[in-house]
Amino acid sequence: MFNNRYILIYTVVMALVTSVALAFVVNGLKPLHDSNEAFFKKKDILGSIQDQIGVNPSKMKLEEINKLFEEKVDKIALDASGNPINGLDAESIDLAVEEKKPAEKRRYPLFIYKGEKGNIYLMSVRGNGLWDKIWGYIALSDDFNTVVGASFGHLAETPGLGAEIKDNANFPNSFKGKQILKDGNFVSIEVIKGGVKDVAHQVDAISGATITSTGVSNMLNNGIVVYLPYFESLKK
Amino acid sequence: MAESAIKTTVPLAPKEGWWGRKERSLITDPLHMDNPITVQVLGVCSALAVTTLVKPALIMGISVVAVTGFSNLVISSLRNGIPKQIRMIVQLVVIAALVTIVELFLKAFSYDVWKQLSVFIGLIITNCIVMGRLEAYAMANKPWKSFLDGIGNGLGYAWILVAISAIREFFGRGALMGYKIVGPSSDFLINTKSSALLSWYQPNGLMVLPAAAMFLIGTIIWIQRSREAKLVDIS
Repeated sequence: MFNNRYILIYTVVMALVTSVALAFVVNGLKPLHDSNEAFFKKKDILGSIQDQIGVNPSKMKLEEINKLFEEKVDKIALDASGNPINGLDAESIDLAVEEKKPAEKRRYPLFIYKGEKGNIYLMSVRGNGLWDKIWGYIALSDDFNTVVGASFGHLAETPGLGAEIKDNANFPNSFKGKQILKDGNFVSIEVIKGGVKDVAHQVDAISGATITSTGVSNMLNNGIVVYLPYFESLKK
Repeated sequence: MAESAIKTTVPLAPKEGWWGRKERSLITDPLHMDNPITVQVLGVCSALAVTTLVKPALIMGISVVAVTGFSNLVISSLRNGIPKQIRMIVQLVVIAALVTIVELFLKAFSYDVWKQLSVFIGLIITNCIVMGRLEAYAMANKPWKSFLDGIGNGLGYAWILVAISAIREFFGRGALMGYKIVGPSSDFLINTKSSALLSWYQPNGLMVLPAAAMFLIGTIIWIQRSREAKLVDIS
């Protein structure tokens, strides 16, 4: 009934029509996607220090978040050896892009929240979970040692298991008061299964999510260390 | 005599109406007697994966309804022009395009749920219900009926998903739609620790794992078949 030429033309037309339709939808919705992304990124960043702000950022509106960001948050872009880069907006740095570059060419965003009890330094970290990428923001007080808050995000961890790093507030809250230095040396914070022994440097893992928990450990270990040279320069 | 007299008084549905008895049964059959999950046993994989929480399950259900409905509509409208040799490819292109559109809309209008579901939305493409309905119904029936058939099967899938996720979220985390109801801390509406009667209560950790969904689907199938003798041994 249908000859080969018909099939060939049918395939080509079908491919063209669907790709044009999809291109229209993608382009039409792009402004919404972009503003959603920026909005949720800011919420993520502030999510790690919601105690200090006094409001839960996930309930804030777009304008409120933008206003707070403008008034109270400083942004610094750092290069791989911890020197500030002038004229680069830290918000435009995407760790997903940076992690594909060689280590010495990566840049890192640092956000400084000017709170009433001194500055809070918000570090951005990124690593691997079980299924896909995980990321987080770690808030450090101005002694450059004590964690005052943390928030995590993920692309595709299992709902109810690995996804708990974000969904269950107890997990990020357990990072509060932990210390990243031990006797002046960097030890990071370990996510550990089956009972915390070193209270200052370990937190409890999520049961059933071993690989995600290990991923968080590795992410903190590799992610925090790049900010240390800059903190050292501030201490002097 | 009395019986036949009663039967004749029942008004007959118009033969080719938009909303006759046949059309209604296209929606209602898949909800129970021809349910895609419990009777046709299709789409079980995603029913295990996305049913830990009610909200993602609900959004997933709505997305599947949209995809089954519109893919049936599109394929049925094209059915006479689709070359038989490449019909599966054409079906898959239509499904994939629709799923991508659904995902883009979710990302624009419900960004947080999109983040929670991202992988599983893409996996609607491989959901056997969608292609199953295209092959079994849309390729041989008119667009309007096919559309209803798609909506019906999507709803049949969605209500099972929501039912399972409600049980799992309630017993696994003591919550429904994210509202905390029963649990051992002060965030919950009923704090089991503060009451002597309920202090034994613990959320059931098994409910959070995918295995729980399998047991629940099994239980639903069991109840359904014990009530409907017709369903025994048909699948």
